[in-house]
Amino acid sequence: MSEIENKTENGSTESAGECTTGDTKDDKGLGLGVIFFIVAFVGCFLSGTLLFPKLLYSKKEQPFNFDHALHVGEAGDCESCHSFREDGSFTGIPKLDTCLDCHSEEALGETDDEAVFVEEYVLEEKEVPWYVYSRQPDCVFFSHAAHTQTAGMDCVTCHGHIGESTSLKPYEENRITGYSRDIWGKNIFGIKKHSWDRMKMDDCAECHKKETGHKGYCFQCHK
Amino acid sequence: MKVDRRSFLGLGLGAVAGVAVSPIGMKLTDDSSIWTQNWPWTPVPVDGEVTYENSVCSLCPGSCGLSVRKIDDRPVKIEGLAEHPVNDGGACLHGIAGLQYLYDPARVKTPLKKNGDKFEEISWDDAIALVAGKLADLRKKGSPEKLACIADKEQGSVSGLFQRLLKTFGSPNFYTMPSLESYLEVTATALHGEGMTIGFDLENSDFVLSFGSGIIEGWGSPVNCFKANASRKARHAKLYQIESRLSNTAANADKWIPVKPGTEADLALGMCAVILKNNLFDGGATANFIGGFNKLAIMIQKEYAPSKTAEITGVKASDIEKIATLFAKAKMPVAVFGKGRGDGAQSLKELAAVHTLNCLVGNINKKGGAFVQLKSDYLEFPDESMDTIADAGFAKNKTGRYVNQLVEKVNESSKPVVEALFVYNANPCYSLHDSKSVKQAIGKIPFVVSFSSFLDETAKEADIVLPSHTFLERLEDVPSCAGLAKSVVGLTKPVIEPVFDTKHAGDAVILIAKALEGSIAESFEWETYDECLESVAAGIWDSLSEDGYAIISEGVPFGSVAVNVSFLADNPATVQARGDYELTLIPIDNMRLINAGIAASPFAIKTVSDKVLKGSDIVVEINPLTAKGLKDRGYATLTTPTDTARVMINLNEGMMPGVIGMVEGLGHTFDNKYVSNKGINVNDLIGPVIESGSGLDAAFGIKVKISKA
Repeated sequence: MSEIENKTENGSTESAGECTTGDTKDDKGLGLGVIFFIVAFVGCFLSGTLLFPKLLYSKKEQPFNFDHALHVGEAGDCESCHSFREDGSFTGIPKLDTCLDCHSEEALGETDDEAVFVEEYVLEEKEVPWYVYSRQPDCVFFSHAAHTQTAGMDCVTCHGHIGESTSLKPYEENRITGYSRDIWGKNIFGIKKHSWDRMKMDDCAECHKKETGHKGYCFQCHK
Repeated sequence: MKVDRRSFLGLGLGAVAGVAVSPIGMKLTDDSSIWTQNWPWTPVPVDGEVTYENSVCSLCPGSCGLSVRKIDDRPVKIEGLAEHPVNDGGACLHGIAGLQYLYDPARVKTPLKKNGDKFEEISWDDAIALVAGKLADLRKKGSPEKLACIADKEQGSVSGLFQRLLKTFGSPNFYTMPSLESYLEVTATALHGEGMTIGFDLENSDFVLSFGSGIIEGWGSPVNCFKANASRKARHAKLYQIESRLSNTAANADKWIPVKPGTEADLALGMCAVILKNNLFDGGATANFIGGFNKLAIMIQKEYAPSKTAEITGVKASDIEKIATLFAKAKMPVAVFGKGRGDGAQSLKELAAVHTLNCLVGNINKKGGAFVQLKSDYLEFPDESMDTIADAGFAKNKTGRYVNQLVEKVNESSKPVVEALFVYNANPCYSLHDSKSVKQAIGKIPFVVSFSSFLDETAKEADIVLPSHTFLERLEDVPSCAGLAKSVVGLTKPVIEPVFDTKHAGDAVILIAKALEGSIAESFEWETYDECLESVAAGIWDSLSEDGYAIISEGVPFGSVAVNVSFLADNPATVQARGDYELTLIPIDNMRLINAGIAASPFAIKTVSDKVLKGSDIVVEINPLTAKGLKDRGYATLTTPTDTARVMINLNEGMMPGVIGMVEGLGHTFDNKYVSNKGINVNDLIGPVIESGSGLDAAFGIKVKISKA
């Protein structure tokens, strides 16, 4: 008898033996398999929910802290600094020149942040390299004038109550896209409680549908 | 319990299921889609405030007004400036692509000094000191006249500063590259006297007789000419184009009159003969002829009778009579000269003969005619301070009358006739005929300083390069020098901070003058060029700085002008093409290319048709009757007395038999992969022919042999 035949015979015998005694072993194996399944499932789910965002986003500190509440109190409203140009385009984050309408080489207050601003930017005549929480990808066209001036929306609807904040939160940059976490929203599942929690295309479409009866066409934003 | 493979299966399935219901999948899908639509390495233009700044283009003598669109401090687009007296909103392809020159790969980024065959970077202070030191040595040797300068033009304050430096240094050797304006002045000087120039009122003329002028191919002030031509139909004006090739202008004209190349002067004199013989001339106007008129009248009746002229030119005698009659009987006719763009080689005989047609029919200083007036002189430089060396040197004769003769003298002489040369806004090693011999001459000059913004063919031959700002980075007065009916000075303004470590050429000249000390430094009292400009252009500065331009003269000039045709009356010989071959090679001017000064931009080069440039092969035009055995799009070898070249053939019935046309403006060899090594430079193939009497290089072409490659 060849070695193979022997092995086959032995194998079949062993196999048959296992089959006959394997029912109880199978149940135990399945039970352990279920436990392993649950452990792996929970582990991966929690990793995807809690650990993944920490890996996906890198935290960056702004050049120095900015107190919106203080500035709104002093300057009046959002448009005092985030103004519209004569041609209707939006200035976005103010340039140094706008800051210098009020500030000068002499600090107005006594905060360390203003000292950094004066020393590193005003005296050096350098623009402050702010990280912009609401910057959209370059393939998106957005007109502030159409929304706030024509449609009469207020800034809070999209930007939240940043005007009442006294400090700037760290900027979380998506390592893949390079854009801010605020576009997708803090909630990794994309669940939002307020209109300003997310700034994705679906959020635009949702509001457009509600306000105009239509989600809008591709070319309205993607020129 | 035993950990077996089912446990691992459970682990794996659990992991997959856990990941599947976690946000990882949808988030990565979303992020990767954003990433792929916004590649991080693709440059994204920075957003900012949109502003417009007005300036003036100085890429060609046209001097069009420009409106530069900027985002914050960065210019992003150039458009024609509406209501500007030269171009009224129009712009040509070179002007709108002007921004590309700012970031040209061939730009000189900092002063350079040649060490052996290579350039090394040096500081501005060292460069100025080096130039001043060399010049001071020249003065010490007592031969200041051996400093020469080649600039693009005579007009304007920067050119004025170069002329002032040479004069106070003690040299009369200031030269300009050939240009339409220089030919207008040469013609006006020959016929009307010193200090005069000519403009053409194309916008109002009802009969334009063009002797090869590319009215819509870059002649004169191109955009102004486009507009004048575009309004021609509405004005019921006629354009007759006399040219050996069916150019765009000829195709657009009411009539195309093919003429043997180089016989345009004979044709013009033949037409003068018809006008005189048939009493079609203006009696009042002929009273202004103060010299040579009778002699000319007799000579042309004898030498340029229609039948004889027909034989010389290839134009039928009946056509000559008919066109001359139509021209003379038109209400506001004007004969226009300057073949092609008007800045190539021209013969004074031709220029004067064509302008004599204007003089005979009495359209000088009449609406729709030719305006003859004094050159605009809006700059007032203070008197120079001259020491004895300067006086003695400046009083000497120029080495040659024109730049071609300077090149010839340098090459002929065994001793250095020029020991130092400045080159500003000019590229003689590319633009002059027989560029190899020009390079040889420049190579013989011991010390060459280039003020070019680009390391072009001439700058490569220099010992020192003092890089200039481009026209978008500098302040400068730009007089229109292009045969316009009105005289306008524009102000080029910096629309961006200098991109590299360059200086205004005016500032560089002032620094050199100050470093030379003594009377030279005294003659340059200004600290900066900007201060100098405001001071010397004080008379028009308010208008220049507020409106961006100043109109020096507009409308029909007042008064009659004396005409002296003695030069023509002697019947100077018509210039013949060099060589013994059967065919004639002529250069073709194409609106999409530039031959003089600066090279065409990468954008402009991209727009050139494949009937002109196929890949890196230049395409020549040849009549099927002449192209015996040569196939369309096949290759051939051209041989002229100066060089040979491999070319592609374009069989074109619009080219006269016996003539081969090759475009000008290709074949650059400097370090710009978008522009250089495309085609060949026609100036390599054509050698200069100096016209006796005038001293001009009048080589309208060259004899050529063609064979299958």
